[in-house]
Amino acid sequence: MAVEIVDLCVSCWACVDVCPSEAIAKGGKHMQVNAKKCTECEGDFADPQCASICPIENCIVDAGGLAFNPPGSLTGIPPELLAEAMNEIQAR
Amino acid sequence: MELEVIGQESGGGCSSSGCGSTDDQLSHLPQDIVDKVQNHPCYSEEAHHYFARMHVAVAPACNIQCHYCNRKYDCSNESRPGVVSELLTPEQAVMKVRAVAANIPQMTVLGIAGPGDPLANPERTFSTFRMLSEQTPDIKLCVSTNGLALPESVEELAKHNIDHVTITINTVDPEIGAKIYPWIYWNNRRIRGVKGAKILIEQQQKGLEMLTERGILVKVNSVMIPGVNDDHLKEVSRIVKQKGAFLHNVMPLIAEAEHGTFYGVMGQRSPEPEELQNLQDACSGDMNMMRHCRQCRADAVGLLGEDRGEEFTMDKIEEMEIDYEAAMQKRAVIHQGIIEELNEKHQKRTQIAGMSIPSNEPIIPADTRPVLMAVATAGGGIVNQHFGHATEFLVYEASPNGVRFISHRKVDQYCIGNDTCGEKESALDGSIRALKGCEAVLCSKIGFEPWGMLEDAGIVPNGEHAMEPIEEAVMAVYEEMITTGKIDEHPVAMKAQA
Repeated sequence: MAVEIVDLCVSCWACVDVCPSEAIAKGGKHMQVNAKKCTECEGDFADPQCASICPIENCIVDAGGLAFNPPGSLTGIPPELLAEAMNEIQAR
Repeated sequence: MELEVIGQESGGGCSSSGCGSTDDQLSHLPQDIVDKVQNHPCYSEEAHHYFARMHVAVAPACNIQCHYCNRKYDCSNESRPGVVSELLTPEQAVMKVRAVAANIPQMTVLGIAGPGDPLANPERTFSTFRMLSEQTPDIKLCVSTNGLALPESVEELAKHNIDHVTITINTVDPEIGAKIYPWIYWNNRRIRGVKGAKILIEQQQKGLEMLTERGILVKVNSVMIPGVNDDHLKEVSRIVKQKGAFLHNVMPLIAEAEHGTFYGVMGQRSPEPEELQNLQDACSGDMNMMRHCRQCRADAVGLLGEDRGEEFTMDKIEEMEIDYEAAMQKRAVIHQGIIEELNEKHQKRTQIAGMSIPSNEPIIPADTRPVLMAVATAGGGIVNQHFGHATEFLVYEASPNGVRFISHRKVDQYCIGNDTCGEKESALDGSIRALKGCEAVLCSKIGFEPWGMLEDAGIVPNGEHAMEPIEEAVMAVYEEMITTGKIDEHPVAMKAQA
């Protein structure tokens, strides 16, 4: 079991600092996970730490390819409510 | 730590001849604080004309998300917090500080301000400070933070003799906080909404109190977000001043769609210059508001308002030979000279203020309305720049009480005219838009086209005071407006509404 960081990564290094397994390092253009070291934080924390601090939606996926932070999860606005939120914000 | 309030002057001003026609911005502060900040360009309105600072970008990670921030962007034309071209290791940062301090002898201050949160990167931040306090002992160290990790960092900060900290506090209300901060990372979890904002606010307030208890100077930055925290910032100002912050810097939100921030993409508007000014005026309580902030990059180098970062990229630094000892001695002499010059100017102003000069000039009736004027200047406290060459205008208010500096307004900021950066807008349109609310613009020269366009916009161009000191020129134009009856006309803002 290992998480994967896809090329949406902006190299902010936040995940590197919080990974308890030292499984993340800068590789090429962005951060990469060493699959042999990654445990998805099982036994250490309730949630994978990299996914808990990553600021980019869809950037970190689980072994099944599912995003830990799907669209809308980090802005706090689900996609179906985006248009409504935009109208509200623009009325300020 | 409660600050003693010595006096409240309506000073201000932004010229190298002195900031304010009446008094220094910081003159109401206790002397020990004045001594601490007199050569700090980010704290002292007067110092920023003489002393330089730099930021080293060693802290990329962040532990919270702000809706006005997006750390994935770097555009060399942009100047805003969080933007950097080159991330440095602590060793590279120290090398850069040594190189810059040797080449820019006016340098007094090194700050760590991101691009993430410096205290969310404690190892990188503190190892940089540790090396600098040994290797560059004459350079002041300071740090900016969102405050989440501040309480746990205070002891370490105090150890490194860092006596200046900036905390960004946008709200003291978790409900408002939830509209600004979608989440925080806290105790190994992502915490969203009001709950996350509440923790952040508590940490910020606790950190502020802990710093001021230890006598560490704290400046509070707030981002003014219309419809979200604009009215509320008066309350924030009151509370942080009460808790010992010595300066409050209310900055306008920067939210352009092309920056890719949540607010930018969602169409949140930025405040108009007048809204910002009104809020700054409403906030000014027992200390002056900071008005000269340039919201600079996390890797800015040089005097405020200029950026010499490109002269000091790592590849260039590696080729430089630095004799740090010699540079430090040279710096000491130059800094001493500047301080003496500033003291001399201060004494002169005090003397002039105390003298009664017989004057034939009419006394301005106390109920005459104030007028805003923009000034194009290349520095030196003089009206000495061509309108078309100005990249920013200084805005002054003339009133029966005298002339005071209000703000600077950039005219070519945020990538205007760049193919890769959003909608194009001509520089001239941009300048005229930036001068909204001003009734005159003072410059050394101005072309026919802008002259006509400015007049159409209700702003009177004036090139008659070229090479004159700014405050005197602004007052002369104000008096002329009074004698010619222009002052009785409706101000520009009212015209626009009519």
